[in-house]
Amino acid sequence: MTATKAPSEPMRQPAVRRPGDRIFAGSAKASGIFILLVLAGVAAFLIGEAIPALTAPAEEIPGGEGLAAYIGPLVLGTLLGAVLALLVATPLAVGIALYVTYYAPRRIAAAMGYVIDLLAAIPSVVYGFWGLAVLAPALRPFHSWAADTLGFIPFFAGPASTTGRTMFTVGLVLAVMILPIISAISREVFTQAPALHREAALALGATRWEMIRMAVLPYGKSGVIAGAMLGLGRALGETMAVAIVLSGGAGATLTLISNSNPSTIASNIALRFPEATGIDVNTLIASGLVLFVITLGVNMLARWVVNRRADFSGAN
Amino acid sequence: MSTPTRIAPEAPARPAGPVRAQRRLPRFAPLGLFLAGVALGFALSALSGFSIPTAVVYGVLLGTLAVYVASRAVEGRRKATDRLVTSLVTTAFGIAMVPLLSLVWTVLDNGLPRFDAAFFTNSMYRVVGEGGGAYHAILGTLVITALATAISVPIGLMTAIYLVEYASGRLKKSITFFVDVMTGIPSIVAGLFAFALFTLLFGGGVRLGVMGAVALSVLMIPVVVRSCEEVLKLVPNELREASYALGVPKWRTVVKVVLPTAIAGLGTGITLAVARVVGETAPLLVTVGLITGTNLNPFDGRMATLPVFAFYQLTQPGTATQAFLDRAWTAALVLIILVMALNVVARLISRFFAPKTGR
Repeated sequence: MTATKAPSEPMRQPAVRRPGDRIFAGSAKASGIFILLVLAGVAAFLIGEAIPALTAPAEEIPGGEGLAAYIGPLVLGTLLGAVLALLVATPLAVGIALYVTYYAPRRIAAAMGYVIDLLAAIPSVVYGFWGLAVLAPALRPFHSWAADTLGFIPFFAGPASTTGRTMFTVGLVLAVMILPIISAISREVFTQAPALHREAALALGATRWEMIRMAVLPYGKSGVIAGAMLGLGRALGETMAVAIVLSGGAGATLTLISNSNPSTIASNIALRFPEATGIDVNTLIASGLVLFVITLGVNMLARWVVNRRADFSGAN
Repeated sequence: MSTPTRIAPEAPARPAGPVRAQRRLPRFAPLGLFLAGVALGFALSALSGFSIPTAVVYGVLLGTLAVYVASRAVEGRRKATDRLVTSLVTTAFGIAMVPLLSLVWTVLDNGLPRFDAAFFTNSMYRVVGEGGGAYHAILGTLVITALATAISVPIGLMTAIYLVEYASGRLKKSITFFVDVMTGIPSIVAGLFAFALFTLLFGGGVRLGVMGAVALSVLMIPVVVRSCEEVLKLVPNELREASYALGVPKWRTVVKVVLPTAIAGLGTGITLAVARVVGETAPLLVTVGLITGTNLNPFDGRMATLPVFAFYQLTQPGTATQAFLDRAWTAALVLIILVMALNVVARLISRFFAPKTGR
């Protein structure tokens, strides 16, 4: 890509270094470093504003039992919704990716991929509207059925919500929102599966599914995992859809279908922050810091998986 | 299978050798079987009080089952599994279409009643019931998004140029890695960052339009970097080398050769980045707030923005609930139209400004 040698070793050649060159290269480099500073700044400023909440006596934190007792249930709710979304979305997204890459008629496959990408373009607040107005009422029968039939499982412990505005509905809305992310990345790795492997499988008499199982899925596995983790990161941080749909309590319960679901970190911030003052602001920022750390960890892991794959895929 | 020695007496009856694997369903049989199964499913649903969801679920299940059983009987296990997977994969795509269509339909259905001139020309100033509009919110969204673009594009583009044209070694790796990580920052955290930054600068409780622009920039910069980097990588090295050979300095090569060649892709990438942040709600909720009047100065107090406007119209309706809900849905409709328009513009840019090749 670069036509010159690495700039890390200073070039001692007689060629003129024009001031224009130096200014341009310098400002380009400065922008790159600035981005690193911004990321560090996000962490630093959040920590700075969260410190008052960390040092405050437990009684002053909302709820009166300290920071951990305040954030703990929110972390549980965040994980619950995001993991549910992931479990629903991943198999669907892999199916969609396979359909678009290997099953759909060639001529309309690209258009179908574009239609799926449209799901990613819709603003999250609109998903919240849809979840509240369409999905929650539509899932009401399922809630009462699940409470009656599956009530022995902790996740479906009753009493069932009568509005449908539960963690279960939120999980499905989040699943729709992360579907395009996972399927886009899966699609990319599936198309990159080596053509020779695929053709060899077909030439040996494999059916289309056997070809996919033998040549495409092993190749694309790490890509699917990485896509799923990026989707998880998005679901963890999703705010508005959860804030609108979920009518959560404060308890730390595992049930997905009753009104006593814990809220999520992001939606709790969105709902409380505009009216918060004093130590409440710091508490909310501290919870935001926890969210930041969780998503950062998930995303770094996902990127590491992607990059590791990029390293060895060249050998294929 | 028969051996050559045994073929001889039977040869006239079986001319084509091993035919065991050749049995296949006729070309349109799978589709026909599937439709028959669907029809049966609809009938089943009609028996237990017709409803579209149960009819579709029964129909797809029975259709898939019919194809599988027929294929299993005629074509064998492997082929039947293949057909089953085909059905499953197609169903997965169909399931994904349901929320998209349902969402678009719902927003159109609820949003069109107030999709009138008053919505685009009135603000909410002194409006407590019916009437009013989102004039102030639409303008606010445009101002803040424009400001965020003005911050993000220079930084993002220069970083992309640095990564493609200059960088190497550890700094390049770490910038690439952390830009990727930054794309995953939750939008609400970006909002909190802007809030914390401006609180330290200007004291507590401050709400400014520019805070929202900073928050959106945190979300937008990594997207701009990634898309611009991909595009700049596509510019052929021969162009750069030709320029160097003519004695053109590197920075003029980048500005006069590389960027014009990549202009279509850059425009597309930046437009898509704008489309990504224009509907962001959470960061604006915590940094910009909402007012009922028109404020176009991002450095002076709260502003109204379309997503936040929609959120509060829905969640905090006044006494005339229906009027508030109508405005909320119309705002959602306008948001979708805005995002889709940006997507279309991005496609048009890539079509019309693409470099002419193949001469």
